[in-house]
Amino acid sequence: MQSGDLTSDYFKLFALPVSFDIDDKVLAERYRELQRAVHPDRFVNASDAERRLSMQLATRVNEGFRTLKDPLARARYLLEFKGVVLDDTDTRLDSGFLMQQIELRERMGAVKGATDAGQRLHELRDAIRTLERQLVDELASLFAAGSPQALQQARDASRKLQFFHRLGEELAQLEDELAMS
Amino acid sequence: MALLQISEPGQTAAPHQHKLAAGIDLGTTNSLVATVRSGLAEILPDENGKHLLPSVVRYRLGLPPQVGEEARAALTEDPHNTISSVKRFMGRGLADICKGCSCSEYDFAENTGSDSTVPRIRTVAGDISPVEASAEILKILKARAEKTLGGELTGVVITVPAYFDDAQRQATKDAAQLASLTVLRLLNEPTAAAVAYGLDRKSEGVHVVYDLGGGTFDISILRLNRGVFEVMSTAGNTALGGDDFDRTIAQWLAEQAGLGTEMTVHKMRVLRAEACRAKEALSAVESVSVSVSRDDGSVWQGELDREQLNILIDPLIQKTLSPCRRALRDAGIELDEIEDVVMVGGSTRSPRVREQVGEFFHCDVLVDIDPDKVVAVGAAIQADILVGNKPDNEMLLLDVIPLSLGIETMGGLVEKVIPRNATIPCAKAQEFTTFKDGQTALAVHVVQGERELVSDCRSLARFELRGIPPMVAGAARIRVTFQVDADGLLSVTAREQASGVESSVQVKPSYGLSDSEIEQMLRDSMAHAEEDVAARNLREMQVEAGRAIEAVESALVTDANLLSAGERARLDAALEDLRVQAEGSDHVHIKQAIETLNAASDDFAARRMDAGIHAAMAGHKLEEFS
Repeated sequence: MQSGDLTSDYFKLFALPVSFDIDDKVLAERYRELQRAVHPDRFVNASDAERRLSMQLATRVNEGFRTLKDPLARARYLLEFKGVVLDDTDTRLDSGFLMQQIELRERMGAVKGATDAGQRLHELRDAIRTLERQLVDELASLFAAGSPQALQQARDASRKLQFFHRLGEELAQLEDELAMS
Repeated sequence: MALLQISEPGQTAAPHQHKLAAGIDLGTTNSLVATVRSGLAEILPDENGKHLLPSVVRYRLGLPPQVGEEARAALTEDPHNTISSVKRFMGRGLADICKGCSCSEYDFAENTGSDSTVPRIRTVAGDISPVEASAEILKILKARAEKTLGGELTGVVITVPAYFDDAQRQATKDAAQLASLTVLRLLNEPTAAAVAYGLDRKSEGVHVVYDLGGGTFDISILRLNRGVFEVMSTAGNTALGGDDFDRTIAQWLAEQAGLGTEMTVHKMRVLRAEACRAKEALSAVESVSVSVSRDDGSVWQGELDREQLNILIDPLIQKTLSPCRRALRDAGIELDEIEDVVMVGGSTRSPRVREQVGEFFHCDVLVDIDPDKVVAVGAAIQADILVGNKPDNEMLLLDVIPLSLGIETMGGLVEKVIPRNATIPCAKAQEFTTFKDGQTALAVHVVQGERELVSDCRSLARFELRGIPPMVAGAARIRVTFQVDADGLLSVTAREQASGVESSVQVKPSYGLSDSEIEQMLRDSMAHAEEDVAARNLREMQVEAGRAIEAVESALVTDANLLSAGERARLDAALEDLRVQAEGSDHVHIKQAIETLNAASDDFAARRMDAGIHAAMAGHKLEEFS
């Protein structure tokens, strides 16, 4: 027993063109339509086989939505789709970027204990968001260009985005800590 | 003249058979059962017209347990045999329960003999696990529903706090099994409340559900769009609720009356009852008189006003706001995007709670539906849909897993496998390898929680993979798949990749009942009811056969065109065989016939699912070429 849609790629599953540029609204709409067709709640009275398949497909649709919705996950998925190897152990990045990361981390370190911690946190989050948005724009044009060099650059850009992602997570943790104290 | 009934082409001609389904709110303080009749959801009352069943069970020597009002009346006179707020103990270990400081009220049995880690409360009727006590409450609600509706329930939806972890959900499902209930779905309480409010009929938007019950707190943020409830994030605290308000007020009373810190369980319960009474009265009036009798027989009399009450409960309300902040952040939304806040749970009757929550979210709080009943109503609506009474209903609930799932790695650290707030069902495969040459087994420890250290997370289960072929260290590739189903329950499968050996997985729940324990309890309860085990097995298998036949038949009505003549003949033969067997009295034969039918319909199922997806995406195919 095999359902073809368990193995098809996410773009095909969501009937979307293979592209980094995705309309969030269209994606969310497709997601709801797909879940209406496959969600386990629709198969409570179905045969065992259909219930099992429904869970597998709903899982796949959720995973696809999660991947395509998030720019970082989408970029990584698209790179793999295009045959670009993502080596997470390779962490070489240009020194300008690394300097910027160090600076942002220093700012984060200074938040705790500061009298205006809330304000600093807010500013830092805004700064990170702006930089993230720039990277996402950069990724969009690189994927649009599509040449082998452009894809290599997209790989670097996605790696940078990953740094911001982690930074964002740590910032959230810091926010929790500040809220507790 | 009677009108002729003509069915729509393609639809089943058989008159739509209404199935009996119910929604159950298994609460910390009170439990309720509701059902949809003539299109309206209603709470079912007991013979005295009471809707709320107090979640209290009193065990007696040689007599069946008392549940509800009678049991609650015995709380102070028979404290050791009368169990209240049992929901707080569900899926918990003794250490967790003691952290919540309520273990002193009960005499917990030492774990002797069995390797079970489930805490058991010592009563005159034996040692009772929280699952068994909950099952007693469910049995009463089941009987109430079946008596009112005049038939056996096909299935129920039971609600659980959104922030319940896997062990707590599993314990709830086990209790349902003990009460002989078929669970259609475990539904998160805030989501049930959103359904009851009919938020899906409103325009697209973001809504918050703030659910402060007797013992648990949940916050859920949902986005609604044309019948789809999409939970964006959830957070909470499964050990925070109205009980804590009572405890805090009781402590204040004890101080005011000059009572010492040493107190009998009886005294504690009297104080708490007085605290609860005062708290509830203060929702309507500004001040209330309170009294406490001292050990020497004298009586302390005093006043508790709203101002003092607010001072006492404000820290507890504040404690609910940090999960609110986290849920907002996880959902990635700003305050100005929120339409309104739905208030659920008895504790949201408190004017102070309403005021503080409205202030925090900068928007209106919805209190139109009785906060004690709203969850059961939502559960009943969902049960009615799931059981198949509303085939054209477009409502769909997409919920999330509240806490991250992870596994223990070297040094007692947690490696997250599935992040919190992932939409369920969801799955993740993880590869493991061996540490030593020739290693043939691997132990995996599954935990749930957000912290980095295993010791700070909830231990869910430990399992061992056996039968790994001996290889050099690091050569084996064991792929472990974690699947969380639509009830939010985890299952684990494992496979050695290099050799293709399917490793056996034995999950031992950290604080749950094992399958054999549940089976034994079922047997015991049947022996009690003097019911014939064989007859019961047969009946259950016949119900299962009926379900299987109906599932395939209804699939054939709509999608018979997906089958070749040969496949159709094979399926028809399997159907016929099962029909014949189901008439017989051998449950093993029926089981085999069900399995044959399942095998014969596997491919059909896959084709139907694919057809369903293609139909859903049919209008969009052109865009692939744009």
